[in-house]
Amino acid sequence: MSEVVGTTGRPPGGGAANRAGPIRGFMQATEIDARMLGMVLALAIVWIGFHIVSGGVFLTPRNLWNLSVQTSTVAIMATGMVLVIVSRNIDLSVGSLLGLLAMIMGALQTEILPSFVGYDYSFTWIIVLAAGLLLGALIGAVQGFVIAFLGVPAFIVTLGGLLVWRGAAWWVASGRTLAPLDSTFQMMGGGGNGSIGATMSWILGAIACFGIIFAIISSRRQRQRFDFPLRPVWAEVTLAIIGCAAVLGAVAVINAYPMPVGLARAYAAAHGIPWPEGGLSISLGIPIPVLIALGVALVVTFVATRTRFGRYVFAFGGNPEAAELGGINTRWIIMKVFILMGVLCGISAAVASARLNAATNSLGTNDELYVIAATVIGGTSFSGGIGTVPGAILGALVMQSLQSGMQLMGIASPLQNIVVGLVLVLAVGIDTAYRRRTA
Amino acid sequence: MAADSRTPLVEMRNIYVSFGGVHAVDNCTITLYPGEVVGLVGGNGAGKSTLMKVLSGAYRKDSGEILIDGKPVAIHNPRDAKALGIETIYQTLALADNVDAPANLFLGREVMTRWGTLHDVAMEAATRKVMGRLNPHFKGFKTPVKSLSGGQRQSVAIARAIHFNARILIMDEPTAALGPAETAQVRDLIKQLKKEGIGIFLISHELRDVFDLADRISVMKNGRMVGTVDRHDVDMDEVLGMIIGGTLPKTANVTNAYVEARP
Repeated sequence: MSEVVGTTGRPPGGGAANRAGPIRGFMQATEIDARMLGMVLALAIVWIGFHIVSGGVFLTPRNLWNLSVQTSTVAIMATGMVLVIVSRNIDLSVGSLLGLLAMIMGALQTEILPSFVGYDYSFTWIIVLAAGLLLGALIGAVQGFVIAFLGVPAFIVTLGGLLVWRGAAWWVASGRTLAPLDSTFQMMGGGGNGSIGATMSWILGAIACFGIIFAIISSRRQRQRFDFPLRPVWAEVTLAIIGCAAVLGAVAVINAYPMPVGLARAYAAAHGIPWPEGGLSISLGIPIPVLIALGVALVVTFVATRTRFGRYVFAFGGNPEAAELGGINTRWIIMKVFILMGVLCGISAAVASARLNAATNSLGTNDELYVIAATVIGGTSFSGGIGTVPGAILGALVMQSLQSGMQLMGIASPLQNIVVGLVLVLAVGIDTAYRRRTA
Repeated sequence: MAADSRTPLVEMRNIYVSFGGVHAVDNCTITLYPGEVVGLVGGNGAGKSTLMKVLSGAYRKDSGEILIDGKPVAIHNPRDAKALGIETIYQTLALADNVDAPANLFLGREVMTRWGTLHDVAMEAATRKVMGRLNPHFKGFKTPVKSLSGGQRQSVAIARAIHFNARILIMDEPTAALGPAETAQVRDLIKQLKKEGIGIFLISHELRDVFDLADRISVMKNGRMVGTVDRHDVDMDEVLGMIIGGTLPKTANVTNAYVEARP
């Protein structure tokens, strides 16, 4: 990937770089990854395409708000799947694990805890969530142990997991649906109270902008301190402007979606606001599941790029033998990857069941396929060592956009599957060809 | 610098390694003194790399003893070996192709910031420094090492071995991927490290290199140690005779030759 070379060295085939046009020069100065940019463009094409074909209902605040919520569960798990696939493994059990964890959290808050502390106890949600994440970590640890220490291939272990955990999910309540869930817990699904409102959204957006600017400045300072080549100032400024514009633009779009009438009426009643003739337009703001997904993406990106663990995962994916000879405890690293995946399944399970306001044993069915598809569409390579978390999030967004776009247009579900399947193969095909050309 | 009364830096005694009934290393004994280069030669499959991988922790011995400074040590994995100051330049280089040179150089020994995160800038600075000494033409500190040339990749592997104050260096065909100028650089490096008192095991197919750099030469054949001779006592033909026919030179003093029967 010559694009990340930046100013520190000439990319392979350096002669071409000297003749570079303004686009290539811009890409090199800003060190924007061409593949990431390609994905953003692909997403833009999908969005604009659906917007035109659907007669202008796709790119509306309402649809985008819903799209972001629908993407959350797959996006959360896809961040972990990046590390799983980068380390040359696979996890086919995530959908089933989501189902099992949702059922257990459901049983805990609808049947077990109420018999001790009553229904809707104020700490129920946190106890339930902690239990779900802990159990997710435990199950991830078991699968990871068998894979890393006993040497059973991940494909087999997690294929077994796919069957075992789905079966166990049924067992939790003999196939019954558990509902309704704790009212605080429900907020994680982005329902009625599951958004943070317009003001908080703007505040978070502003904080994110400051974060972007701070990150750019501090990285520049560090490179200055060690006398390393620097990006040109205009490139830094452009990056900061693009980043902040994207954040604030997203907040503006989200905030443009007002509460549905029924919800707004209830809100007005609860806050003692008189209901005016023309109705009230109250922004929902950023949905909590989307915030959770963004938070997870941020944390996993940090773990992947800034910690020793992340470095080892990538080094192992690039050359397992080199990692072992480098003195890395590779088995423990692989086990930790699966523990992380289990925890992320727990978070997704909470979001998915909260969104439904019920735990059913079929929750998360086929999610493993969507998660893996999102990850590889996002540029994670099955040969190991290559992949990014933001890419996987974009991949999840592309998948979900295709699906909800087609639903919006009333395309039959079998045809939807055919399209998604073809797009998956096409995306990876293009990526492989691109990589071969730039390698 | 023949076998003398000093304590060897490394002594591997009666090492056995077998892979599924095949004796890859069969009752081998080899010693290394501080500031000494021992050339380890032999045909393909003679067991040179396997014997050295026991020392570097990549393989585990079935039996035998390893002594460092005269004290028995347990080497179960590469971490143990590194803790003892044993560094290895593998024939395959053992680089993670998808990450950059600083990440490879510090693989397993990352520099951390005070917040416990990777200190990439500090690692890049250290890499620039060590590469400036080793290979001044080195470029591409931020590219995955996959896109570097063979010589540059080799210098990353060498830099990794010498950057952490090794006492014992194992070099498995260190010049295999290098051009003449870079080969000369590696030879100079070996001589310099020797002066610093580092003990070096040099595995090489290039007998000329071995005669030029080694103090003693250990010859292996079919997993067994044919014997160890002083470089000044033998000529190239005699060593070739040891490699090909397993015949011992008549005039030279041979140590550590293979002894039948397990102890």
